[in-house]
Amino acid sequence: MSRIAAKFESLRAQGRKALIPYVTAGDPNPDVTVPIMHAMVEAGADIIELGVPFSDPMADGPVIQRASERALAHHTSLRDVLEMVRAFRVNNQETPVVLMGYLNPIEVIGYETFAAAAAQAGVDAALTVDIPPEEAGELLPALNGHGLDAIFLIAPTTIGSRIETICKAASGFVYYVSLKGVTGASHLDVAGVEQKLNEIRSSTDLPIGVGFGIKDAATAAAVSKVADAVVVGSALVSQVEALADTPDAIAPALAELLAGMRQAMDANP
Amino acid sequence: MPTSNRETYFDQPDGRGHFGPYGGVFVAETLMEALKELRLNYEKYLQDEAFLAELDADLAHYVGRPSPVYHAERWSRELGGAQIYLKREDLNHTGAHKVNNTIGQALLAKRMGKTRIIAETGAGQHGVATATVAARLGLECVVYMGAVDIVRQEANVYRMRLLGAEVRAVESGSKTLKDALNEAMRDWVTNIDDTFYIIGTVAGPHPYPAMVRDFQAIIGREARQQMQQQAGCLPDALVACVGGGSNAIGLFYPFLDDKSVAIYGVEAAGDGLDTGHHAAPLCAGRPGVLHGNRTYLMEDSDGQIIETHSISAGLDYPGVGPEHAWLKDCGRAQYVAVTDNEALAAFHALTRIEGIIPALESSHALAYAAKLAPTM
Repeated sequence: MSRIAAKFESLRAQGRKALIPYVTAGDPNPDVTVPIMHAMVEAGADIIELGVPFSDPMADGPVIQRASERALAHHTSLRDVLEMVRAFRVNNQETPVVLMGYLNPIEVIGYETFAAAAAQAGVDAALTVDIPPEEAGELLPALNGHGLDAIFLIAPTTIGSRIETICKAASGFVYYVSLKGVTGASHLDVAGVEQKLNEIRSSTDLPIGVGFGIKDAATAAAVSKVADAVVVGSALVSQVEALADTPDAIAPALAELLAGMRQAMDANP
Repeated sequence: MPTSNRETYFDQPDGRGHFGPYGGVFVAETLMEALKELRLNYEKYLQDEAFLAELDADLAHYVGRPSPVYHAERWSRELGGAQIYLKREDLNHTGAHKVNNTIGQALLAKRMGKTRIIAETGAGQHGVATATVAARLGLECVVYMGAVDIVRQEANVYRMRLLGAEVRAVESGSKTLKDALNEAMRDWVTNIDDTFYIIGTVAGPHPYPAMVRDFQAIIGREARQQMQQQAGCLPDALVACVGGGSNAIGLFYPFLDDKSVAIYGVEAAGDGLDTGHHAAPLCAGRPGVLHGNRTYLMEDSDGQIIETHSISAGLDYPGVGPEHAWLKDCGRAQYVAVTDNEALAAFHALTRIEGIIPALESSHALAYAAKLAPTM
């Protein structure tokens, strides 16, 4: 069983939902990423989504885009990110790590080489934002062949048979983008999300994570009532940005934010 | 010279937008439905007689087509060798070929019931052409433009604002065309219900490369006929500048199966290909994925897109239309590059010898024509 499947199984047994924080690797500098990952796990993160910096993050809002720019100022590459995961694994063999990013850095390395190196470093899954299942005919076998899950997005505009197509290609969990827009946008409609999740559940038994628009303990708790996992990104990355000049303060600040979310989610009846 | 043995070049792209290994749809899921809606409408209206009649009428009476083919006799004599003919897209309304495409896409937007138009622009020509058709159709218009380009293309910014468009400065990344495209995509994802995104070149996800080509192919269709009338034959060679490559594909496409016609796309070599300061992905880049399609890109060894350099804002783009990538690989077209200085020299030559002040973008094509003509 993959690390992600095992994680969701144990959470289900405890009647809890997964909390999945996102940070961009190398932001604001490469040295702080691994300590941040450990601190997030201590604060209650179940799975970590690690952003791979890209020069042209088309699907991201300004907050995560600036995070990429800060990381790229230190030339944080995909290979560097794999090294960070390897370093994280020295003290943590349990928490799944999902790489989230864009296709081009993977293309440069080559699908097969990337998948082998990622699996070897201790990565559990890849969420490649700009590759829909229709174009993933070569990437998928490479990932799956090395035991990596392929996470795909489902959007509010995804309808009908496309949901099935995506679920069939997906493994680990599926990621529902809870609103129209880029990462970091506002206005979240929980009832609308619930309705869509029911539709998705008729196509798959995979757990469903919900992200885009979750910014505090209250929204995290509300979404965790209807989803299997709550993904928090821009809210954390905003903190990283605010503390970029005092990097030592970042891990504790993120831990505090996540602990609040964890508590609110677990307090759900 | 053409080296490929293909029977035809008119069978691309496939149903999912692939030109050989290039093109395709590489976007976030949030855009997939909108692209499907666009593709279905484009396929439908391309066969719709009323739509095509409206497009033709607009091209004739609003744009001023056909644009002339002009025999640059004095310049040809001076260079010695081949006779050079210029397809005068600069004489279109708004001063460039861009309007051929914006008219087509805006009519499509109107048919689809969209009330808001967005666009990206580099040199500002596409922004002006978009603002122009939006004004005429009474549609709200937002144009994204890199902050660097806003400074160097101030006159076009003024024109767009006069036409009622809102010009939004893009401060991210290299603050040029590629970043404007990123920002326009983000706007589209957020406002997908009422907004139509008019991409200005033959790049982006399917159906844009094919759709923009089809709207621009009027250039080559006219030129092919005009050359037969004026010169009594097809040209021996076509030369066009390539940034994203919309004017080039528009000229090349109708000639692709005319095997006697050599085809040259001219990229911006900037300070020189060996300096790294250029915008020549076909000549000096390699295949990758950016802005929704697989194509040749300017990238570093980590797959990050690198900043380009060209004296001409319209060629300052790290990617290129996927059909050009395919034409390069199958050998039907040759892609070359000329430097800023060579383009400037051609700019001055044409201005002084023919009394035609060309765009800096087109000056790249002129510079290569000036090299080629004496050898023919």
